Amino acid sequence: MAKEKTDVLHGSLALMVLRTLDTLGPQHGWGIARRIEQISGDALELNQGTLYPALLRLQQMGWITSKWGASDNNRRAKFYAITRTGKKQLAAETENWERISGILARFARQPGESS
Amino acid sequence: MTRLRVLLSRLSGLLRMGSLERNLDEEFHFHLQLEIDQNLRKGMTAAEARTAALRRFGGIAQIKETYRETHGLPVIQVLGQDVRFGFRMLRRSPGFSLLVILCLMLGIGANAAVFSWIEGILLRPFPLVAHQGRMMAVAGTNRAVPGHDDVSSPDFADFQKSCTLFDAFIVDRITGTTLSVGDRAQRATASVVSANYFDSLGVRPILGRGFEPAEDHGRNAHPVTVISYQLWMERFKGDPEIVGKSQMLNGMPHTIIGVAPEGFYGTFVGWAMQFWVPASMQELFDPGGYKLEDRGARWIEGFVRLKPGVSPERAQAEISAVAKRLEDAYPATNRGRGIQLYPLWRTPFNNAGTLFPTLGIALVVVVFVLLIVCANVSNLLLVKAFGRRHEITVRLALGAGRGRLLKQLLTEGLILTAFAAAGGLLAANWCRNLFVLLLPARGGVAMKLPGDLDWRVLALSAGICLVSTLLFGLFPAIATSNIDLASSLKAEAGGVVGGRRRGLVRSSLVVVQVALSFVLLVGAGLLFQSLRAVQNTDPGFSTHGVLTSSIDFVAAGYSAQRARNFEDELIDRLQAVAGVSSAAFTRVAPFSYRSYSSAPIAVDGYVTAPDEQPTVDYNEVGPAYFATMGIPIVSGREFRRADNETAPPVAVVNEAMAVQYWRGQDPAGRRLQVKGGWLRVVGVAKMSKYRNLMEAARPFFYVPIRQSVSGSILQIRTPLGPETMAKALVREIHALDPSLAPGEIITMQENVDRTTAVQRVAVAMLGVFGGLALVLAAIGLYGVMSYTVSQSKRELGLRMALGAGASDLLRLVMSHGMALTAGGLVVGAAAALGLTRLLGTLLYKVSPRDPLAFAVALVVMTMAGLAACFLPAWRATRTDPVRALRN
Repeated sequence: MAKEKTDVLHGSLALMVLRTLDTLGPQHGWGIARRIEQISGDALELNQGTLYPALLRLQQMGWITSKWGASDNNRRAKFYAITRTGKKQLAAETENWERISGILARFARQPGESS
Repeated sequence: MTRLRVLLSRLSGLLRMGSLERNLDEEFHFHLQLEIDQNLRKGMTAAEARTAALRRFGGIAQIKETYRETHGLPVIQVLGQDVRFGFRMLRRSPGFSLLVILCLMLGIGANAAVFSWIEGILLRPFPLVAHQGRMMAVAGTNRAVPGHDDVSSPDFADFQKSCTLFDAFIVDRITGTTLSVGDRAQRATASVVSANYFDSLGVRPILGRGFEPAEDHGRNAHPVTVISYQLWMERFKGDPEIVGKSQMLNGMPHTIIGVAPEGFYGTFVGWAMQFWVPASMQELFDPGGYKLEDRGARWIEGFVRLKPGVSPERAQAEISAVAKRLEDAYPATNRGRGIQLYPLWRTPFNNAGTLFPTLGIALVVVVFVLLIVCANVSNLLLVKAFGRRHEITVRLALGAGRGRLLKQLLTEGLILTAFAAAGGLLAANWCRNLFVLLLPARGGVAMKLPGDLDWRVLALSAGICLVSTLLFGLFPAIATSNIDLASSLKAEAGGVVGGRRRGLVRSSLVVVQVALSFVLLVGAGLLFQSLRAVQNTDPGFSTHGVLTSSIDFVAAGYSAQRARNFEDELIDRLQAVAGVSSAAFTRVAPFSYRSYSSAPIAVDGYVTAPDEQPTVDYNEVGPAYFATMGIPIVSGREFRRADNETAPPVAVVNEAMAVQYWRGQDPAGRRLQVKGGWLRVVGVAKMSKYRNLMEAARPFFYVPIRQSVSGSILQIRTPLGPETMAKALVREIHALDPSLAPGEIITMQENVDRTTAVQRVAVAMLGVFGGLALVLAAIGLYGVMSYTVSQSKRELGLRMALGAGASDLLRLVMSHGMALTAGGLVVGAAAALGLTRLLGTLLYKVSPRDPLAFAVALVVMTMAGLAACFLPAWRATRTDPVRALRN
């Protein structure tokens, strides 16, 4: 199955969401957004809202599921959880990401040829 | 997998669009609340906390829109919008929409009707029969004689035994009998079939049973019959106890063993069978004696069904190999004999083969009509699009994508096509059985040629609709969406006659229409000339003043001797009727649907080539036959009543036979061997036509009816009309036997005309559609010219102001219109020169490049062009220069 072409940010957002859900277990949207901001040390300028279409896309792929439930303060909230195929995808994306970043790192360390 | 899952969840999302909004609101609200709470904890004021949260979240409306697009299927949602918008646009100009829909309906309906004919008559001609795709027709071949022949019973059995690639071998020989006897005899068509007939075809009788294997054998040993649903209903009033009852057929009581299901008409393209008898009854239903054990007696017309996956070529190779073995094993009967398999649509022994060229031409014609319609609609839409330029420009300026616009314009086209398709299919369904009306009844039995509007026809029609939408919709859509914004938003510039690029598209569409119409007109002209040539051909016998009728002695149970006595007495009585100059019985009337006898011959002194087995057709005719028919005897004499059973056997040969076998010497007095017996030639008859007007001259001979089988066709030479004669004939017959009645009585002219039906159908079809095409092309030309004139008001006004007279303007516009017409004529003539060859076998004594047909088409097309241009040109001369220039 051909993977959809996505820009780097798109792909990395999926990776971040999947990793978050894999580490923390089921989370609502705000929880995921907070976690991503914390891990990135608030260095990532991300409109929190854009998270939601991404979550929908991940659901359509079958990598996460969503369920309405009660939050800590007992309000109705939608919780997202990672699925088995989601975990497989996470492993694949992580490996892919490491390979790409490895390659990019080698390029970054290369001494400049102009000097 | 993943993609399918996404599609499914999007499709289900499409259905839950309503709840989506509420859920999304709630989820976003919850998110914002948590963010606000956190901001408050950081020490912000309520207002600050809220603003910060909203800023952090981003534009809610945009995110929702992205979410919605991801959630459902935008393609479908956009399509829904386009369809709704399209409907609004069409409703806004109902007259225009109706015109377009009517045009398309004509094109689509004509195509669907012809598809249904081809499907129902050629491709799947046998309703209720299973696996027709694997069925093929079987016929014999004779190396010495071109065309097809029948197959003998022993050969057929050997093929069945030796071939491995076939599921079934089915015998199916058309026959008939006379059922009701009153004042007018009623013919019923029937088939002699092999016992496996119903089982192999997958047709299960609704009452009783089909045939059993034993019923294939024994000389007239199994007088049983399966009757058709129609016969059961009409003759037996649907009697539920019919099975086991007896029915007289050809003078022998037959037990009715079954009733075929409704809608099963047998396996003969052209006629609905009324009953079926097993092969063992061959002798009773197929004249010429007992043939089941005679390898030289060829009578079987049949079908085979190939095993799944077997190609026709492999099947042909196998059966030909077996035929070759039989040729070696039985040289006396099989020398030079082979087998040919035909696809059902080219079956030589029923009407499929006859109608194949006509339906092929019909197909080409309706495709042409469809193309013309598309060109016409395309032009209409271009005019329309021009009127919508303002709307389109505004939409483009507001940021609508060109792709989106293109999609929307094509959707509008599809809506038009959908309406037209619905109407066209309804019309086609109504025309489904119209084809048969173009063909006359033969032998007193109406033909049955039902069209079939099955899923294949519907699918093909849907395909045609899509393709034509693209054809007619694409030009206008591209032209419209390519509007140059800058110049369009500026004041509208006036047009010039013959200028502008878009004018080029419109003009080429007109040229195409004129060209296609021209081709159709040339085709119609050629076929018409051909038909006239056919009709002017001298058949070699009198067509006026000769009537033909029939008396079915076999069905009435007459013995041969009784029939002969009756014939002699009837001839004597008829000759006493005022106005009758002579009358004669014969077995076959020329140009009738019955086939002549055919036999291998030998002639003293004529040496045959090693693999030649001379076979000649002949007819059994009564005394005074030649005088009655008006066929001159060039030497010797014709048959007399004295040429009977006890007299020495004699024959009359035709001129071609005299030339071929006696090298032009007078054969009178010479001997001719037929089927092992010797005949003495007593006369030579002038050449005449035997089956149709177009056949080439060929050897033929006649034997006295008394020295052969009995005849049942009556030829009468009289100036009386058929109605008057019919009364006299019934009176004379009843005087001899009140229980007998003649079949239909017609003139020989009528009999001859029936054989030219196919040509007349082709002429009618091309004439009608050629005329329609002409009208459409004229409308197209008129549309383009009036549009050009209305767009060039300013130029025309200017010319007038500068002193151009009405005649100058008339000439200006007319010359532009006629230039278009001339362009179309040139293209059309080139196309016609290449295409008319396809008329091939339907053309008789007319060259496909006949100058007269081309000239007539040229004149007609030019006249139509002049007429179409005149009104716009006249309107141009009425231009008011002051108003035109001021506007």
